[in-house]
Amino acid sequence: MEPKGAWRLALPLALAQVLFFLAPLLILAATSLATDENLSAVSGQAWAEVLGDSFNLGAAWNTLRLGAMTVLATTVLAVPLALLHLAAGPGLKKLILLAAVLPLLTSVVVRTFAWIAILGREGVINNALIATGLATAPVPLLQTEHGLILALTQIEMPLMLLPLIAAMARIDPVLLDASAALGASLLRTLRRVVLPIALPGLLAGATLVFASAATAFISQSVIGGGRLAYLPYLVWQQAMVVFNWPLAAALALTLMASVLAVVTALSALGRKVAHV
Amino acid sequence: MSRLLAPGDRLPAILILALAALALLILIGPVVVVIVTSFTTSQALRFPPPGLTFRWYQELFDPVRSAQIHRAAGNSLLVAITVAAFSTGLATAAALGIARSGARWARAAEGTFLAPLVLPGIAYGLATLMFFSWLRLPPSFWLLVAGHAMIATPFALRTVGASAAGLDGSLLDASAALGASPWRTFHKVILPLITPGVAAGAFLAFISSLDNVPVSLFLGSASNDMLPIRLWGMMETSLDVRVAAASGVLVAVAFLLLLVMDRMVGLVRKMAG
Repeated sequence: MEPKGAWRLALPLALAQVLFFLAPLLILAATSLATDENLSAVSGQAWAEVLGDSFNLGAAWNTLRLGAMTVLATTVLAVPLALLHLAAGPGLKKLILLAAVLPLLTSVVVRTFAWIAILGREGVINNALIATGLATAPVPLLQTEHGLILALTQIEMPLMLLPLIAAMARIDPVLLDASAALGASLLRTLRRVVLPIALPGLLAGATLVFASAATAFISQSVIGGGRLAYLPYLVWQQAMVVFNWPLAAALALTLMASVLAVVTALSALGRKVAHV
Repeated sequence: MSRLLAPGDRLPAILILALAALALLILIGPVVVVIVTSFTTSQALRFPPPGLTFRWYQELFDPVRSAQIHRAAGNSLLVAITVAAFSTGLATAAALGIARSGARWARAAEGTFLAPLVLPGIAYGLATLMFFSWLRLPPSFWLLVAGHAMIATPFALRTVGASAAGLDGSLLDASAALGASPWRTFHKVILPLITPGVAAGAFLAFISSLDNVPVSLFLGSASNDMLPIRLWGMMETSLDVRVAAASGVLVAVAFLLLLVMDRMVGLVRKMAG
């Protein structure tokens, strides 16, 4: 364990990542530039199909918008819950943490299934709407974008909540008392004391939620349905149903590039915030 | 929130409380809905259910009628246990390497090692299919393990890394100075100190593999049918209420594991920090 040779301990993981992570991504890139899955010849056909087709570009736009809307919705709900956690006693603190962690440990398939039972024709929301007289017939919620955003808000919220709670844990309660004692209103205290400390957590959460919601294949295909075109579903369809591997690869790389662009921008912002 | 409240703060405080309550409802509600639905007497997903029965659980545990689900669950468990073992080993070694050498490369390496966390899984899953097919390797158990492990290892690395960063270097130097071999130092000094992090890491890697969709979607096959993919198929084709019973079982297992891991290594705190 002498520090000099310590770097050798990281070798097995580095080797595994080159072999099973980097190499597959290189083959993915090569396939997007080939005529077929055997990489027989070079061709720009697949990329022309992605970048020159309004359907595929529209799907890319829908995917990014879905990620952004989910970030927005999870922020609106997770920030107040994180504030409640900050102010709560030990019992409520524990409940909030359990509520955040338990969904994270249950399969995404289970969480998606729950939303079929909630959004369906005879589901929780429609039965409540009809029982209260707010609607006379079932409102379509499955296979709509707002239904999908609602479901993803729950499915992704832990990824926003946990970094927020971790960031807010660094707030010294004395600061809050001092701010209030000096006559600052609640909103002013939140803006001037809590927000600056919580912001890196908010940006970390936004990064995770965006990357996860934009690529949530199961939720998008089951709750969004075939009528809403998102990139992950198109990737799967081209690869496993149509067997057009070059196009599938080009679509997958488009998804990767757009998600990584947003993630990189958010983490650059996060670093800037951390230095201020 | 009493500490923060001044007289003019009632409205914002009520708004924050209302949104926080809504957030808790949205987080917990669906879990409750799944569990209640799994006891429904109805063939359809009606909520609230018209009556309660154990019928779907009986069908789910029926060895003949649910044979495919049982096989998929067995495959998923076997892959997840294998992945947890490999991921934890790789992550523990790497975390110790990074923690022990304070060099600049260590931070860069950690960033690279964590990269799979933000890379779209579906792109990586497709990449593994293309890579292994380019190598003329047919789908198999070990290819699934390799693909899952790449996604699961960063989860383990984060918790083991946090434990390893807290190691006191002078303890290790003392152990070496007293003549202990590196292996003995690891076994007697390091391991006892980082065990909570390693256990939490193994648990998170196990869950990551058990729930993995993007890699299984492309590398799964008739003989390597995985549970999430089978359940997804059941949701897409017919609304089989057995999915609700299977969900009930998975929620119960997750809850029990969570309680056990939290008691043993303070998992909930670890995940929130």
